[in-house]
Amino acid sequence: MSARRTQSLLWLAQRTSAGVLALCVVVHLVTMIIAVRGGLTAAEILGRTRGSFAWAAFYAVFVLAVAIHAPIGVRAIVAETRGAHGRGIDAAMLAFAVLLLALGLRAVAAVTMGPAS
Amino acid sequence: MNMLSVRVWRGGGAADRGFVTYDVPRQPAQTVLDVVTHIQRCVDPTLAYRFACRVGMCGSCAMTVNGRARWTCRTHVEAVAGDGRLEIAPLANLPVIRDLVTDMREFFDKWARAKGQFVPTATRKDEFATVAPAAKERLAVDAAIECIGCGVCYASCDVVGWNRDYLGPAALNRAWTLINDVRDGANAERLAAVAGDAGCHACHTHQSCTDRCPKGLAPTASIAGLKRRTALAALTGAIR
Repeated sequence: MSARRTQSLLWLAQRTSAGVLALCVVVHLVTMIIAVRGGLTAAEILGRTRGSFAWAAFYAVFVLAVAIHAPIGVRAIVAETRGAHGRGIDAAMLAFAVLLLALGLRAVAAVTMGPAS
Repeated sequence: MNMLSVRVWRGGGAADRGFVTYDVPRQPAQTVLDVVTHIQRCVDPTLAYRFACRVGMCGSCAMTVNGRARWTCRTHVEAVAGDGRLEIAPLANLPVIRDLVTDMREFFDKWARAKGQFVPTATRKDEFATVAPAAKERLAVDAAIECIGCGVCYASCDVVGWNRDYLGPAALNRAWTLINDVRDGANAERLAAVAGDAGCHACHTHQSCTDRCPKGLAPTASIAGLKRRTALAALTGAIR
């Protein structure tokens, strides 16, 4: 695949993931504001999220969108500020995406799996 | 007589003298081009500058006026020098030939690199193409076609300043008009030419080009259109 095609598809992926993130961030912030009104404890959060497929699905989508969006943006910044291009930076950003995905999904699994307390 | 103190960039190449200050008589309805012309004709005939039509049609008199790229022929002194300060320099982001004259070659070479030439699909033996005035493509062309190549957008673009390969707003705007020209036959090559780090994807949407365009065009919108069309072309395999 040519660099021009890669750039065009990465732009599309970043725009699409940005749309998903806009929605996810709003839901996330509104939920946080509502959730802390009566005080906030770890037990309360886990009581709401443990065993909930809906929460797991929502945050899995959130994490996936972050893992797509952030490395593409970082790639552009590195390319512009360091003059880095080519396969090397693509591989580094792919590794960054995998890292974000793994860490994010691990966190999602930690708060949604297991018995509701 | 009411005088205006004007700092003008002199030099170019190895002969840079920096800004030189001249006193110019204030006149009613005086333009910045009038000021430059007065200096060259009455004070220092060695001052080099470029102009042609004096009425905002040719696009050759653009300079940096008080730090901002403008057509000098359409800029009244009173609009930009309210505090009596006037500083005139050549356009930014272009090599200076001498004084206020820049070398526009790279600017226009980038139009060619963006496939800015019309490629006909018909011959003179064919009937005239019928393009409905209200057609979506025609309206997109109308919104962008009035560019006269003055270079104000190019000089105002931050991305051009840090990425010398970037095609720039004017060349990409030109490409967008041809992408929407239903008579043109080179869109696949043109979309490939404007994609990538040196093309539309380098644009940060700062909108300086749109803010500064003396014709009121929106190159940022044209570049956004190119991003959408190149994405579609990449999905369908038209850009390989």
